[in-house]
Amino acid sequence: MTVRGALEALTYNPLRFTRSRWPWRSLAYLLASAVPAALAAGAVWLISRWLDPLGVALACLTLIVLLTPAVTAFERWRIGLVDRDPLRGRTVPFWWQVSNAFVISYALWWIDLGVVLLSLGLPAMLLTAPLQPSGTGPVSSSLLFGAGLVLISIAAYPITAWAGARAAMTRSILCPDDAGEVRRSRARLVDAFEVERRRIERDLHDGAQQRLVALSMNLGVAKLTLEPGSEAHKAVEAAHEQARLALQEVRELIRGVHPQVLAGRGLSAAVQDAAGRSPIPIEVELTVPRLPEAIEANAYYVVAEALANIAKHSKAKRGWVTGTYDGRTLRLEVGDDGVGGAILKDRSGVADRVATLDGVLRLSSPAGGPTRLAVEIPCA
Amino acid sequence: MRVILAEDSVLLREGLVGLLERFGHTVVAAVGDAPALIEAATEQAPDIVITDVRMPPSFSDEGLRAALALRAEQPGLPVLVLSQYVEQTYATEFLSSATGYLLKDRVGEVAEFIEAIGKVAGGGTVVDPEVVRQLLTKRRAPLQRLTPREREVLALMAEGRSNSAISRALTITEAAVAKHIANILSKLDLPPDQDDHRRVLAVLAFLNT
Repeated sequence: MTVRGALEALTYNPLRFTRSRWPWRSLAYLLASAVPAALAAGAVWLISRWLDPLGVALACLTLIVLLTPAVTAFERWRIGLVDRDPLRGRTVPFWWQVSNAFVISYALWWIDLGVVLLSLGLPAMLLTAPLQPSGTGPVSSSLLFGAGLVLISIAAYPITAWAGARAAMTRSILCPDDAGEVRRSRARLVDAFEVERRRIERDLHDGAQQRLVALSMNLGVAKLTLEPGSEAHKAVEAAHEQARLALQEVRELIRGVHPQVLAGRGLSAAVQDAAGRSPIPIEVELTVPRLPEAIEANAYYVVAEALANIAKHSKAKRGWVTGTYDGRTLRLEVGDDGVGGAILKDRSGVADRVATLDGVLRLSSPAGGPTRLAVEIPCA
Repeated sequence: MRVILAEDSVLLREGLVGLLERFGHTVVAAVGDAPALIEAATEQAPDIVITDVRMPPSFSDEGLRAALALRAEQPGLPVLVLSQYVEQTYATEFLSSATGYLLKDRVGEVAEFIEAIGKVAGGGTVVDPEVVRQLLTKRRAPLQRLTPREREVLALMAEGRSNSAISRALTITEAAVAKHIANILSKLDLPPDQDDHRRVLAVLAFLNT
């Protein structure tokens, strides 16, 4: 998996992390604050030579407003150092940028440099121990040097963490709807998939399936007119069997694409039917009203996926699906008495589906079982 | 027999009309949607109504709803529902509205299909073996008490087979079948009943609760 930014890089193992470029990029990000810090300090110093304290404050405010476009551009540029995702979405209003510039000039630049100073100060002191004329012997100065090496690798963590957090903060100020937009576009995509699935289901049902039924019927009629046992009869018989199998396959395919009962009767009925098809006895206690289509569809696929996994991996003797809806939240639980040890993969379809609906997914599956998958989906 | 057929796919509708006429039935009306079905069935007094589940305008379960409405108006009217799907949900609802529920695939098994039509028209019940199979996999507590052989017999019973048909299918004597059935009914706490139709309904109702 490619890491998208400094914060994610923190999850690397320590060796890989300290050797990666993220600590260096983070350091560069934070040190970049020296430029505006120096400018700001210089400006304040110059102004304060001619003005009284109130005048200095007013002049600084004016300066910040005037420099806001530059500050914003600078911040947007340096976010690229620690975050690979480009800044998307509309530009925030000017007054919002001004307040951002104010916060940054008032506090953040100094904190950035402070973090660097605090993290690197002690290691730097230790590393230079052999050069210092303090009179320590060569043994202890090389010990101190070693400790400095260890500390400098540790210092990579606070530096990267602060740079990542700082960039995330700037991102949320400058592009407040970035995260929301990603989530919305993902939800739109899932919706579009759903519409497409229904169209495919409709096409298969109206086209291939009807034709196969007609084909099978015609072959059945043809069989009647032929002498049983004759070559022709055998050939038609074989064709008939093929048509029958094809029909079965198309039916299973259609059910996988979009079960008719889900559209017609809703989640409770569709889950009942899915449970009825499971090779393992599944008890269903689920009575929820009709819900928005996207919620029904996603909830159904989550349950169906869970049931398929129970059948495949759990070695369970029985399973259950329970669910309630209190007018705001749909809660579902799928469980089994199997061997446990189930894991939820990061990129599993189940997790994605729940995530697009702002839902919460919890899996408990200790070795030895039982396995429980709980899903909460807000419907309001 | 006077048949009314409702099926929205022209290809299949024409095919079915040809098939039924070939076996000496008269198709008094072949329609493509639910309102036309209700109108025809009200006017023509057919011996049996054969309908698809999914039809225009909303392509969900118009056929079932029409069957329900027709049965409410004419309680004795035999209705055979053809579905592309076997879903317990629909099977359960349908059992209160029609007396035959078959997977569309079965029209390919021409002889059996015609036989099923005869059975439904004669007041019997026909349920697709696939539906029965699904119902049996639910394995409710009382069903656990049945022996594997008794389950087989129950499945065949639920399909509407007679005792002699069951004995042929399992290659056992009719007396043995009768004994299995008595055992099943008593194990499931169902009162013994000579009426095939009610027997099937009782079994299915039990399986569905």
